[in-house]
Amino acid sequence: MESETRVPINSATDIVMARQKGRALATALGFSGADLTLIATAISEVARNIVDHAKLGEIILCAAHQGSRHGISITAQDEGPGIKDVFQAMQYGYSTRKGLGVGLPGAKWLMDEFCIYSKVGKGTTVTMKKWLQ
Amino acid sequence: MHVPVLKQGGYLIASVQSVLSDADLLQLRDDLADRVGQFRSRGVIIDVTVLDVIDSFATRTLRAIAHMLKLRGAETVIVGIQPDVAFAMVQLGLTLEGIGTALDLEEGLTYLDRPAKRKIPHGK
Repeated sequence: MESETRVPINSATDIVMARQKGRALATALGFSGADLTLIATAISEVARNIVDHAKLGEIILCAAHQGSRHGISITAQDEGPGIKDVFQAMQYGYSTRKGLGVGLPGAKWLMDEFCIYSKVGKGTTVTMKKWLQ
Repeated sequence: MHVPVLKQGGYLIASVQSVLSDADLLQLRDDLADRVGQFRSRGVIIDVTVLDVIDSFATRTLRAIAHMLKLRGAETVIVGIQPDVAFAMVQLGLTLEGIGTALDLEEGLTYLDRPAKRKIPHGK
């Protein structure tokens, strides 16, 4: 297993750090052009989700492999309050806070794979992947 | 990083120089709301050419800035959204509906220079 990059998310300024590290890793893995922007934007959304709902968490970036496919894997995890209704949270335009309700469903659209696991009182883990074409 | 705001005739030009944190964006909002009053500006250009990401928060804040400045009597035009950024925004379902946009600074100035077209017609 290749090394991974961990970016702690403690405040809104760390969101910028997370997407810069993500863009750098994606570039190193062979992504280019629009894909880099899509990946950086998706990281921004999941990192913001941590800041808005859990306060503290981290973004873990690493290479992804599946058969002949290669890409990037991004995990956002926190030990925040968790999400009561994940289905509802993934509805576009649904927001419990002041947001646009775009973050999580939007990140899903930007990536190839998206998986969310949340337990009330334990926290939330979002794992998403993008494959090189 | 702080966004410098320049006065150019009757307009203000906010030229984003590097990536912006959430706090920088909110600071820009407050700066512009103040300066529009201070300089009695009728138009504001926000140049986002250097931004490599415009996510939901940035979109929401840019929209809020444009609406606030409208209430202060100034028209806002966002210029320089890069092709990849525009693509990501569309994928995210983000729009800047009701807000002026232009290709670059030059087009932004042209946009602001044609106020007659944007005048609200008197009801008939």
